[in-house]
Amino acid sequence: MSEPIIRVENLTFRYPGAPRPVFQDFTFELLPEQHLGLVGPNGAGKTTLLHLLMGLLKPQHGRILIFGRQVSTEKDFAWVRQRVGLLFQNPDDQLFCPTVLEDVAFGPLNQGKTTAEAVALARETMAKLGLEGFEERITYKLSGGEKKLVALATVLAMEPELLLLDEPTAGLDEATKHRLAHILKELTIPYMIVSHERDFLNETVKKCCHVHTHCCQPE
Amino acid sequence: MSLIREPFSEGDSLIHRLDPRGKVLVAGTFAVLVAVAASPRTAAAGLGLALLWLALAKLPPRRVAARLLVVNGFVVFLWLVLPLTYPGEVLWRWGWLAATREGLAAAGLITLKSNAILLGLIALAATVPIVDLGQALHRLRLPDKLCHLLLFTYRYLYVFEEEYQRLVTAMKIRGFRPRTDLHTYRSYAYLAAMLLVRSYDRSERVYQAMLCRGFRGRFYSLKEFSWQRRDRIFFTLSGLGLLGVAGVEWLLPLAARRLGAW
Repeated sequence: MSEPIIRVENLTFRYPGAPRPVFQDFTFELLPEQHLGLVGPNGAGKTTLLHLLMGLLKPQHGRILIFGRQVSTEKDFAWVRQRVGLLFQNPDDQLFCPTVLEDVAFGPLNQGKTTAEAVALARETMAKLGLEGFEERITYKLSGGEKKLVALATVLAMEPELLLLDEPTAGLDEATKHRLAHILKELTIPYMIVSHERDFLNETVKKCCHVHTHCCQPE
Repeated sequence: MSLIREPFSEGDSLIHRLDPRGKVLVAGTFAVLVAVAASPRTAAAGLGLALLWLALAKLPPRRVAARLLVVNGFVVFLWLVLPLTYPGEVLWRWGWLAATREGLAAAGLITLKSNAILLGLIALAATVPIVDLGQALHRLRLPDKLCHLLLFTYRYLYVFEEEYQRLVTAMKIRGFRPRTDLHTYRSYAYLAAMLLVRSYDRSERVYQAMLCRGFRGRFYSLKEFSWQRRDRIFFTLSGLGLLGVAGVEWLLPLAARRLGAW
């Protein structure tokens, strides 16, 4: 059996002031080549788990290993963020540059690519997602579906080795949902999707599991 | 959807195509020069120079007039207050109110100076998109913190404005109409508080998203600034213009005194 790319051991996390912890002695594993769906009621901690994996939240106890390396400090997570892409629930949170091209090139530039490389990579990613001609569009004037796809492009342009998607279908129409599912199926990297939409998950992942306080229970 | 726009930066005139760094340098020097000038002749010369730039920038005159109106709204108060409070030679007396010649002169000078500086900045600084302005200031070796402050302020102005629009819509669709009563005041207080909290949350999430994409405190610009022949010409001519304005302020009185002595 191959080494898991994500391994969470005995993790405890409680939001400040919350009566109960979201996770208590939580254990979780994601194997490579795996496409996993995370389901569970609102407030079960699906988004929290993704944010913990990216180091946006700090657990009170426990270990997180990503690609076999234990990560705990901000510096470790800077390393994680170069390799793992997170698509936020709300694309408005993700897009902040004036134009689409600048936004998609922002990640590659942070990775130390030259302007020419970053622009080439951005254009290539946008072409893959069918976003040709969007380069000079103003990000805040895009439609909801376009914003989502551009947000996905900003993440994929960094050539992540693992993709985390937080409710990618929220607010999308059927056509855009299908387009998104098609894009995901074409990807060659493992991904993990938080979603409430069964149809979408059936189309994009082979396995789903329920997020509980102590573990993720496969269905 | 958004109310915040940069209408002056969308254009294709000679001024728009110039390198932002040169424009920022010239605009900064111009503003300081006119601000310290003490003679109305200098202010008038500055106004002339600013109008020249404005003509080259080919901005919509109505929009420019609208901007001037805002600033001159404040200037009107100076005209109301300064002539009556400035000590000096009394021109008119109206009961216990007296307007002085010096007061009027001061109000006139301030009007000239503020309009000259405003027009100069509209022509040179407002024709640079804010994002480029941040980059230009960065290239001009302004501290990183100040450049980021500018860029982030701009970015979060949108966030604020969007949240505001959303909250106002939420109030409107439930039939809220402002009146002079406690309910209205309370609702506005909620609106202000909600705006603050939600914008804070929102900016936090935007920052997290930036972190996830490897943000380490540096912004990159895809725009390459290039210093071309037209920039050299503009810079030289504007430099001469600035020297001319400075000459009107400091050399002209000197020459006049010499001539008088002679």
